[in-house]
Amino acid sequence: MANLRELSEKKELFVGGHRLCPGCGAGIVARQVLLAAKEPVVAVASTGCLEVASTIFPYSSWQVPWFHNAFENAASTISGIEAAYRSLKKQGRIKKDIRFIAFGGDGGTYDIGLQALSGAVERGHRFLYICYNNQAYMNTGIQRSSATPKGASTTTAPAGTVIPGKVRFKKELTAIMVAHQIPYAATATVGKWNDLIGKVEKALDTDGPSFIDVFSPCRLGWRYPPEQTLEVGRLAADTCFWPLYEAINGKYSLTYRPKEKKPVAEWLKLQGRFKHLFKPENKSLLENIQNHVDERWEKLLNLCV
Amino acid sequence: MSKKRIAKTANEVFAEAMRQINPDVVAAYPITPATEIVQIFSQFVADGKVDTEFVPVESEHSAMSATVGACVAGARAMTATSSQGLALMWEILNIASGLRLPIVMPMVNRSLSSPINIHCDHSDSMGARDTGWIQIFSESVQETYDNLIQAVRIAEESLLPVMVTTDGFILSHCLEMLEPLSDEEVKNFIGEYKPKNYLLDIEHPFTVGALDLQDYYFEHKRQEAEAMIKSKAIISKVGEEFTRKFGRNYQLFEDYKVADSEIAIVAMGSTAGTIKVVVDQLREEKIKAGLLKLRVFRPFPAEELKEALKNVKAIAILDRSDSFNAVSGPLFSEVRNILYDTGERPKIINYIYGLGGRDIGLKEIKAIYEDLDEIKKTGKIKNLVTYLGVRE
Repeated sequence: MANLRELSEKKELFVGGHRLCPGCGAGIVARQVLLAAKEPVVAVASTGCLEVASTIFPYSSWQVPWFHNAFENAASTISGIEAAYRSLKKQGRIKKDIRFIAFGGDGGTYDIGLQALSGAVERGHRFLYICYNNQAYMNTGIQRSSATPKGASTTTAPAGTVIPGKVRFKKELTAIMVAHQIPYAATATVGKWNDLIGKVEKALDTDGPSFIDVFSPCRLGWRYPPEQTLEVGRLAADTCFWPLYEAINGKYSLTYRPKEKKPVAEWLKLQGRFKHLFKPENKSLLENIQNHVDERWEKLLNLCV
Repeated sequence: MSKKRIAKTANEVFAEAMRQINPDVVAAYPITPATEIVQIFSQFVADGKVDTEFVPVESEHSAMSATVGACVAGARAMTATSSQGLALMWEILNIASGLRLPIVMPMVNRSLSSPINIHCDHSDSMGARDTGWIQIFSESVQETYDNLIQAVRIAEESLLPVMVTTDGFILSHCLEMLEPLSDEEVKNFIGEYKPKNYLLDIEHPFTVGALDLQDYYFEHKRQEAEAMIKSKAIISKVGEEFTRKFGRNYQLFEDYKVADSEIAIVAMGSTAGTIKVVVDQLREEKIKAGLLKLRVFRPFPAEELKEALKNVKAIAILDRSDSFNAVSGPLFSEVRNILYDTGERPKIINYIYGLGGRDIGLKEIKAIYEDLDEIKKTGKIKNLVTYLGVRE
């Protein structure tokens, strides 16, 4: 894997001037993912924060060929691009090796784009799908998604006097991707650049579909100061709320084991979206969230044996 | 030019034309009555008869999305669909035209749910009439085939997507005689696809599908409108070249004895064939009847139609779909609109017919001409809009 110095000398493929919020995780993800690529890349993005903020006509932050089609179809769009590549390569009209990366938020990936993603990975196209997962529909103004964690307050599942935010746990999308029997699936988080870049390298070297769910803190929707993005991302891994692992051909392994598993409350309390959980009447909900984190972590450890 | 004649269905000739076009990518999803197109084409792929990468997507939304992706990537890309499939594609139809992608799509006309019905009407393509796609209708199996081959040139020269339609079951599943072109003739006619800017040209990275706000969006849409306006001349030019090379005549519409007509029907698709029989019968009775068969619905050939219909006294517009606008069918609105500023406006009436595959025969068409004859004589319209043959 490239070290930090080597990375710092590489040409930036996602450049500044975009209108993402200060402290946005998505821009960090895009920049680091593209830096990890050894071959030329064609990128696709679904409708979302990353897309609207980085390509306001006539400007673009993308130094690679880049295409946005619609919200729910990043995976089917990249299927078509990859099919075009295979066709033109077979006919000798393209010589170079090219890699394909699709970026989608959790709305475009877990929810509206899940069918397209499922279809594309089942068909076996060679591409990397990056979900920059900020756990809600941030582009439209912080609405709940199936990636929103239990207890989080969003604008369509707000914490109220009767309902304390989202009542359901988030979907286990990486497991769903593993169930598609794809050769490479992983989680990663903003704040652990070396873990992410190593995984992107592996994924791009994989001859088939690959998927990485990158935990991508959103300072606006999660309500924390912008300078804490990396800390919020790292603490998600240190509390085992967002474990870092990969599954190569269905075989799970941890890529990061915290020295000391911290209580999830330490991570929750950094963020305004969980503020109401610390009221006395929500004590049992807080315990329930901790228990769920513990159960998931134990399950994962068993899978990694 | 090959002179062999073979019996084929419209679905078969769509697939056969696609084999001869040999697109780089086809992404498609099965739907009645268009399913056979992708089935037959898949066999061509399986047998190595084409260079195409076939993407068997999980929905029509993904079919159009992948076709758009392939086209932006630099490939000659096609898909095929019908009815609900076209409806599911709708969002991406606008993206294909907005990005000025020369995608060509066989489209088998079928009614839209609900109630669910698999048979022919034009509701599906009419629902997509303002999506910025060129729409070409076919009367016969031969036209279905010839239109699809011409569509490749039309799309690539106008930089607009083209759907070529055929009538579900009536043509898609019925055998008619086809005079096919040779593979060489098709190859030479369509030429090589050379996109100017494309994603896989990695030496020249560019951004496609950017956010286009108040200060640019309108200009881009105006350019799209201009492309549609200019496509009319391209369609005519390609039709003339096709006629010159292969002998079959293709224009924006077919004027079947309209020039000296007093009464005329305007219609699209396979019904035109039935209407011609009635016109011939009426002509034997010295009744000056004619048919204007619209081949190209988008772009709408306004000036040409106005000129063709200028001497007709009474016109019936046959709509195989309804706008549910509490006024009339869509074709009627468009034709009546262009006749507004003609000096002596003809009387014009609308028949909505054949929804969900309801048959239309010689008798019904003859009755329409009788209505027109009455209007011509009395100058009075009894019913502006008639739902033809429906139990009420």
